[in-house]
Amino acid sequence: MAEHTGIGASVKRKEDARFITGTGRYTDDINLPGQTYCAFVRSPHPRATIRSIDTSQAREMNGVVDVFVGADLAQDEIGDLPCGWLVKSKDGSDMIAPPHPPIATQSVNYVGEPYALVIGETPEAAKSGAEAVSADFELQTAVMDVATATQSEQIHESVPSNRSYDWELGDRDATDAAFEQAAHIAKIDIVNNRLIPNAIEPRAALGSFDPASESYTLYTTSQNPHLERLVLAAFVNVAPEAKLHVISPDVGGGFGSKIFVYAEETAVIWASARVGRPVKWTAERSESFLADAHGRDHVTHAELALSEEGEFLGLRVQTIANMGAYLSTFASSVPTYLYGTLMAGQYKTPAIHVEVQAVFTNTAPVDAYRGAGRPEATYVVERIVETAARELNMDPSELRRRNFIRPDEFPYETPVALTYDTGNYEASLDRALDLAGYSGFAARKAQSEAEGKRRGLGFSCYIEACGLAPSQVALSLGAGVGLFESAEVRVDVTGSVTVMTGAHSHGQGHETTFAQLVSDKLGIPFENVSVVHGDTRRSDYGLGTYGSRSIAVGGSAIATATDKIITKGKKIAAHMLQSEEENVSFDDGIFTIPDSNESLAFGEVAFSAYVPGNFPLDELEPGLSEKAFYDPANFTYPAGTHICEVEIDPQTGCTEIVSFVAVDDFGNVINPMIVEGQVHGGLAQGIGQALLEHGIYDSDGQLVTGSYMDYTMPRADDLPDFTVDTTVTPCTHNPLGVKGCGEAGAIGATAAVMNAMTDALGVKNLAMPANPETVWRAAQGG
Amino acid sequence: MELQGEADIPAPLEEVWNALQDPDVLKECIDGCQEMSRSTTTDYVAKIRAHVGPVRANFSANIRMVDVVELSGYTLEVSATGGAAGFGKGVAHISLQEEESSTKLSYEVSGIVGGKLAQIGSRLINGVTNKMAAQFFEKFVDRWTANE
Repeated sequence: MAEHTGIGASVKRKEDARFITGTGRYTDDINLPGQTYCAFVRSPHPRATIRSIDTSQAREMNGVVDVFVGADLAQDEIGDLPCGWLVKSKDGSDMIAPPHPPIATQSVNYVGEPYALVIGETPEAAKSGAEAVSADFELQTAVMDVATATQSEQIHESVPSNRSYDWELGDRDATDAAFEQAAHIAKIDIVNNRLIPNAIEPRAALGSFDPASESYTLYTTSQNPHLERLVLAAFVNVAPEAKLHVISPDVGGGFGSKIFVYAEETAVIWASARVGRPVKWTAERSESFLADAHGRDHVTHAELALSEEGEFLGLRVQTIANMGAYLSTFASSVPTYLYGTLMAGQYKTPAIHVEVQAVFTNTAPVDAYRGAGRPEATYVVERIVETAARELNMDPSELRRRNFIRPDEFPYETPVALTYDTGNYEASLDRALDLAGYSGFAARKAQSEAEGKRRGLGFSCYIEACGLAPSQVALSLGAGVGLFESAEVRVDVTGSVTVMTGAHSHGQGHETTFAQLVSDKLGIPFENVSVVHGDTRRSDYGLGTYGSRSIAVGGSAIATATDKIITKGKKIAAHMLQSEEENVSFDDGIFTIPDSNESLAFGEVAFSAYVPGNFPLDELEPGLSEKAFYDPANFTYPAGTHICEVEIDPQTGCTEIVSFVAVDDFGNVINPMIVEGQVHGGLAQGIGQALLEHGIYDSDGQLVTGSYMDYTMPRADDLPDFTVDTTVTPCTHNPLGVKGCGEAGAIGATAAVMNAMTDALGVKNLAMPANPETVWRAAQGG
Repeated sequence: MELQGEADIPAPLEEVWNALQDPDVLKECIDGCQEMSRSTTTDYVAKIRAHVGPVRANFSANIRMVDVVELSGYTLEVSATGGAAGFGKGVAHISLQEEESSTKLSYEVSGIVGGKLAQIGSRLINGVTNKMAAQFFEKFVDRWTANE
């Protein structure tokens, strides 16, 4: 019997053969005839007015082709980089987005902001040229502290108090009333530390202009090439969409940081027409640190009101979110619609009020990073729930269980604008408790203490809204684009299938998962299905990959298009078998007329579709190729329980994660191996945030964690052997019953680790990252 | 960036005082100094080639002497730019004291660096400036001891 390769099989990833043999094709692997190279000149100052820029020396250097400044782009009417999601303040006013020219013209507002670009014959010539460009800056005081940014010097002329918006969600009065009934109120003040994404492949762009057709081709490391094209055409004004071909070939990780439209690709594609030759830029790692959008960076005060029995009555959250110096492409939505809406967590908290101020500082722009808003929300909810349990002397798992939304209460409308379709939170909690050996924890803790160590255990019962997103909901909340996904399933004459998707794979394994899905539905061999993505001329349209949307939205579009193939196939089969379409059934790759011995294999129908010898052409079109646009009816709601157990050596401050259990409910799973891999990666990033990673600017505005000497990435020996399992409640509103798994690890893990750390140390709070110094100080009592 | 120290110069106070303000002497003693000239009685401009860890650059520096107390001490205000490598800014307090057969020079420097120097070099900068100071005084002292 053939190996099972359909839905539910852990098929090895098709793409890995090329990745592990070095034969992938990344943007920097692509070279065009006559290609030049671009180097950006970046501000060393966090805030300064540009008095003048001197490019004369660079222009005279050997190998320098041209030098451009912001004014050159402005002269060609290249527009500002837009923010695509309009958030409104409490008072109904629109958020304020300061002008964000791709190349700074009047002022620079963070260290690393580009203010000129040098085009060279070689990368070295471009770089030497960039070193020869100098600017006369008038230095100004940098605003560096997010907590006091609204009272600091105004950065942008158009943004009073450095505040983009002051947003709220939920019912303030009902929440205040709930607090008046409270028997106990738990309070916490927490900081969600700034992270720097660090995809393994730095960003890159290669732009080329064809004067004959007046069209542009851009190869770039984008998670969403169609969106890149849309923004460059409609907002930045590079060229009309039809004259702009964007290709994202193999991309080595994104984690959100490659969703956005950045200065660099904008400048590169524009410059390719100016110099009349292709222009390539590949970021150096130091540039990635400075100029990729960073993540997180919140300061939050939260309060939870409880009854005497430990029932949650109300939750209040006040957050200041750091936007950096400008609003990046989706920045405004992250601390609002992807954050405030998740404050119910898995619980029946009846009244919730969330307030978020988004403020500017002289730091790199902050935008979506794996989880985007939901890790920050989970951190607030799960830290305060754990805190309340300790203050009430209740078992933290029991306090959670008491407040869970029960399986018979779905669909459940939260007080913060979402309707959860399904879930079974107790099932994942129980499984996790079992896998973590919870009942034996007290004995293990005693054993550790006898050895002079401190042991702690922490929970995180997270929920996320994924499968971004129902367009109608997103558009009503200020999104600038629809959030459906498209797919085309093209059957070849010989019965092999090519799937075009608008989702983009940059490590997720779509070529495998989507092929499994289609081969399973069509009953054809897995090897006969090829998946194509990342090319605006090959897929109709697409919104790309982020927000754990690829299987839930992109996969559903593919499933829908595949269903259309089956419908058309039945029509063709009916004609071939001289029957009626409604008499034809399709199962496991065979079209049959039930109760007869007449049947046709999928390949025979495909062949006939393209060799239509006797088709009744007025009723039956030749060909077998179908498209679908799928717009989800709701978000999906993956949820689960993570349990982290740590052992701390109080003498050294060193922490060992002795076990980490993740039990997730992703609905139906196509490829369990790929899902497990996604969970592992997410957990590594969530644990990295808790214990290791921190993007730090000093008070003068300099990024002092700008290399791997100072920015600590998690490594294999920082992590335990994860225990990963799933429970399944299928999503109720998409054809596959899937929810998405890409972000769950990063969303759940951080709170579980910090709950374990504070449990071990017996402290209420501990700053992230809880590195050995922080832990040692806490262990010494301050 | 913080740096302080002292050096014992085997020469009379007035000779040391004059040498410290002679652009040719400074050029000779500062490691990597390509040019040094005095533009006014209190201002110098210099070009210095330096590297901090992996960051290498040609720095253009403006140096101004302020709070000059003849034969006793002064403060240097230094501002250097190194193109893509970033910049440095700082002040150095220099004081001289006559000893029996030599002159004691004390210095106290504080400054900040920015750009790539801060991003990659921040943990190296103290070591590099200490080394540059040591090399300076070694060469400076050599002026009086080398030919003995």
